[in-house]
Amino acid sequence: MDTAYFIETIIKIVVLLLVFSALAGFGTYFERKVLAFMQRRLGPMHVGPYGLLQIAADGIKLFTKEDIVPQNVVGPIFKIAPVITAATAFMAAAAIPFMPSFTIFGYEVHPIISDINVGILYILGVMAIGLYGPLLGGMASANKWSLISAARAASVFISYEVVSGLSLLAPIMMVGSLSLIDFNNYQTGGVGSWMIWSQPVAFILFLIAAFAETGRTPFHLIANDHEIIDGFGTEYSGMRWGLFFIGEYANMFFISFVIALIFLGGFGDGSVGGALALLGKVSFIFFFFLWTRAAWPDVRPDQLMWLCWKVLMPIAVINIVITGIVIMF
Amino acid sequence: MSFEKFKDRNVGEDGYYMVDIEDYPETGWGKFKQVASRSLKGELFVGLWVVLREMFKFDIHTVQYPKEKLPIGPRYRAVHKMLRLFESGTERCIGCGLCEKICISDCIRMDTKYDENSRKEVTEYSINLGRCIFCGYCAEVCPELAIVHGGRYENASEQRAHFVEFEDMLTPIDALKAGQQEEYPGFGAIIPGSDKSVKKTPLAY
Repeated sequence: MDTAYFIETIIKIVVLLLVFSALAGFGTYFERKVLAFMQRRLGPMHVGPYGLLQIAADGIKLFTKEDIVPQNVVGPIFKIAPVITAATAFMAAAAIPFMPSFTIFGYEVHPIISDINVGILYILGVMAIGLYGPLLGGMASANKWSLISAARAASVFISYEVVSGLSLLAPIMMVGSLSLIDFNNYQTGGVGSWMIWSQPVAFILFLIAAFAETGRTPFHLIANDHEIIDGFGTEYSGMRWGLFFIGEYANMFFISFVIALIFLGGFGDGSVGGALALLGKVSFIFFFFLWTRAAWPDVRPDQLMWLCWKVLMPIAVINIVITGIVIMF
Repeated sequence: MSFEKFKDRNVGEDGYYMVDIEDYPETGWGKFKQVASRSLKGELFVGLWVVLREMFKFDIHTVQYPKEKLPIGPRYRAVHKMLRLFESGTERCIGCGLCEKICISDCIRMDTKYDENSRKEVTEYSINLGRCIFCGYCAEVCPELAIVHGGRYENASEQRAHFVEFEDMLTPIDALKAGQQEEYPGFGAIIPGSDKSVKKTPLAY
């Protein structure tokens, strides 16, 4: 391993951490604005022009708040849980190609931290470890709401791992590789070659599973404010709660990248236009996450389980079988 | 035209119908059919379209409160004002003491004396806003329209006493000369511009 590669990787990790931590902040601003406009409100307006500095104000507030560890909590686990959520979200990003490779000062840069040959498997696996954040945080909090939330988190994450894994199996069979770069190169032939046309069922199933695993609104029952306060985040304050938040939003961004790369053609042929197209697709999927929050009601936990095991999983299995038969003949 | 139609109060018969609500599905297959029909009928997209339409219409209803304020009606009873006579600029209060008498929370205090012209003069006048319940009796009983309720509802201050002095409630003489004192329209006055919001009451059901 030569020094240049080492330095390049370090720089890429730092850039990714900084960019997506900041994007998580912008994501909250964007979400508040979009939801406000959809509900005929203005959203944050007072801090800075059009409320743009609200992110800075929130950051200052989160960093300077008192760090409260309540009585009766299991201290070490309570403290490590938010770190697990944020860390696994960023670890999953290691195998995501954020842009096509480009040349800067005669040096070719691959904007992916590590193009491992089990890319999508690694991403799904690490995102699944993110379950331990809500689970441990909720169980260690000595709070009934947190405990309910932890139980829901465990059931939802484990159930929807099945759906997301099975729904991705069909595209993986077609591409024959687990690397996201191979997925992208499979769909370089323009809009017509996108995976969404050959695997529409897998796309919808994976989208539903993505909503469940990021805990967004139709399946927002892990931290459902009107039932269980903030769920696993009830007892947290300051930056510990902020880490949960950064993890949630970073997860949303990364899963948007994964959906765009697997089903929507990714960055195409690798030109500048392709890179911009990828950013546009990711922005749209992120916007869709906010859009549904304004439009759709939540489902009950039992409905969510019913949907997963009795509807989505059989459909995913049938999809795999049909894909296999089509590939075989 | 006969009044038969208007006298008919039996609203349950004419033009009304029961909303068609399906029974809750009992079996698993029924539940599945309900989910499938609700997912595929496009109801979800109707919801998406409605919120997107509102976003593009950008018909914002927010009032940015400290910068913008909604108009309040003349019937609103906020912190009191003492008015002056428009012509001479002297205070309208004649020291009759009716407001002090009628005040049911006993929060108005006044002292009067005869001045050199043998007219009554108010020497002390204060309203304890910690006790005032803003019932409006003082303004209603005042024969001279001297004490009225103003529209100043933002009465957060370091001290209650900041509102109670007679001089604070009295219209400043330069504000009167600048024509800024407005006549109290009296009880029952309508909100300005309310003609536009008046609609014909539907008589027939």
